[in-house]
Amino acid sequence: MGYSEKVIDHYSNPRNVGSFQKDEKNVGTGIVGAPECGDVMKLQLKVENDVIVDARFKTFGCGSAIASSSLATEWVKGKTIDEALKIKNTDIVQELSLPPVKIHCSVLAEDAIKAAIDDYKKKTGSEVPVAEKVEEGVGAKKL
Amino acid sequence: MKLPVYMDNHATTPVDPEVLQAMLPYFTEHFGNAASRNHIFGWKADEATEHAREQIARLINADPKEIVFTSGATESDNVAIKGVAEMYRDKGNHIITVVTEHKAVLDTCKRLEKSGYKVTYLPVEKDGRVSTEAVREAIIDQTILISVMFANNEIGTIHPILQIGKIAREKGVLFHTDATQAVGKIPVDVQAMNIDLASLSAHKMYGPKGVGALYVRRKAPRVRLAPLIDGGGHERGMRSGTLNVPGIVGFGKACELCQQKMPEEAARLRALRDKMKDAILGALEDVYLNGHPTERLPGNLNLSFAYVEGESLLMGLKEIALSSGSACTSATLEPSYVLKALGIGEDLAHSSIRFGLGRFNTEEEVDYTIGQVIENVIRLREMSPLYEMVKEGVNLKSVQWPKS
Repeated sequence: MGYSEKVIDHYSNPRNVGSFQKDEKNVGTGIVGAPECGDVMKLQLKVENDVIVDARFKTFGCGSAIASSSLATEWVKGKTIDEALKIKNTDIVQELSLPPVKIHCSVLAEDAIKAAIDDYKKKTGSEVPVAEKVEEGVGAKKL
Repeated sequence: MKLPVYMDNHATTPVDPEVLQAMLPYFTEHFGNAASRNHIFGWKADEATEHAREQIARLINADPKEIVFTSGATESDNVAIKGVAEMYRDKGNHIITVVTEHKAVLDTCKRLEKSGYKVTYLPVEKDGRVSTEAVREAIIDQTILISVMFANNEIGTIHPILQIGKIAREKGVLFHTDATQAVGKIPVDVQAMNIDLASLSAHKMYGPKGVGALYVRRKAPRVRLAPLIDGGGHERGMRSGTLNVPGIVGFGKACELCQQKMPEEAARLRALRDKMKDAILGALEDVYLNGHPTERLPGNLNLSFAYVEGESLLMGLKEIALSSGSACTSATLEPSYVLKALGIGEDLAHSSIRFGLGRFNTEEEVDYTIGQVIENVIRLREMSPLYEMVKEGVNLKSVQWPKS
């Protein structure tokens, strides 16, 4: 199975690897996946005035999972929270040319964005958790 | 050193140049059908296949008449198990095997279950070995066959074949072993080990793909098999079809070379394997050896690198051909059933890498691999949320993971 050039690029030169202090008030942290499934993504967003000013990730997973989370950090930066919530896993699939067996990696990245925003909103006490409002991601989730 | 490095010799091996040389005349000059009885072309081909039969038989201490040529070990496993099942149906319908067998054995057994056979799948201990006592206890009056692989293709663990053979003989049950990974690498002696049927494959021992053999005992006891493939009655009726003469010639030559080289080659590969193991375990924490520490194939090393997913590690080791038990490298998205059977936990199964050293690997390649593995594991752990959590003192087992 070959990897697309973009997956290889994100795997070899991952963007925004690292961590913010979890307890900072303007940092939202999302951890999705599980070790026994072979994928765990941690995505963190730093928010100022409703705009995501910075992002970090750490991922345990295959090359496509690393690439999906790396791409997600690039995409969310500079977006407002509402704009970031519009990022769909299918956009990631398209950008990285992920094959069908790797769609769950993109689903996980979308989930990670939502989980991080959820966490931020809970911390700042703003409105209902967003994860309950958004639809399920498209594509096969890992069983 | 030439890149990429090939270190996946359990999957297949390159054809030894000497093997290729032996094969070449049988494509063009001596192209005859070994079953043609009336001319020199047929005689030449027949002579060549009989010579190969001797070379193969010698390697496993069998009689040449006990070698049945097949297309490979998958066919050999199929004909051994299905052939015995059908032929001995009156005697019983119970088969004993092990959960870590190759799919060629497991799926064959599953098919037989659909037609009324009973199969016991014995578990393995955490080092990958089946307990001989468990084999003994599983035998019932209806048991007609025990099928236990000689050495495992993923973790290299060698089963106690000598003891199982002894039990099988005592109990009067036929004993089949899928010896694909073992033959040519470690001593296999069908007499001393009371093996009644053994599956062999040429391409795992520096021979060509598409040819294998089934050893079928002729005396004490005489094993009878119902064939899978009917036709011209080749191979004493057990496997019809025109013989793959060049392939068989190559297989024979490969066996001869393995027999000559085995003591020296096994020692060299064991030393390289141990060097690799010691260097990696010395440089990295939380790396686990899968399989038995000593009862394993000389060229096999199977390690789990905690907090790093196997496929992503293979992706980093792009100039080295290896394989992983990670789900992401399989079509089913399930991690290796062999590693799961050891009870190591699915997270570590996802983190496993199999190194398969072979005849053509050099110390320079091993040194390169050691360096690349260490560098990439460190890099990927820096990127791993699991490693970070462990460093913060979190016990990963106690974490309530969100739905996935």
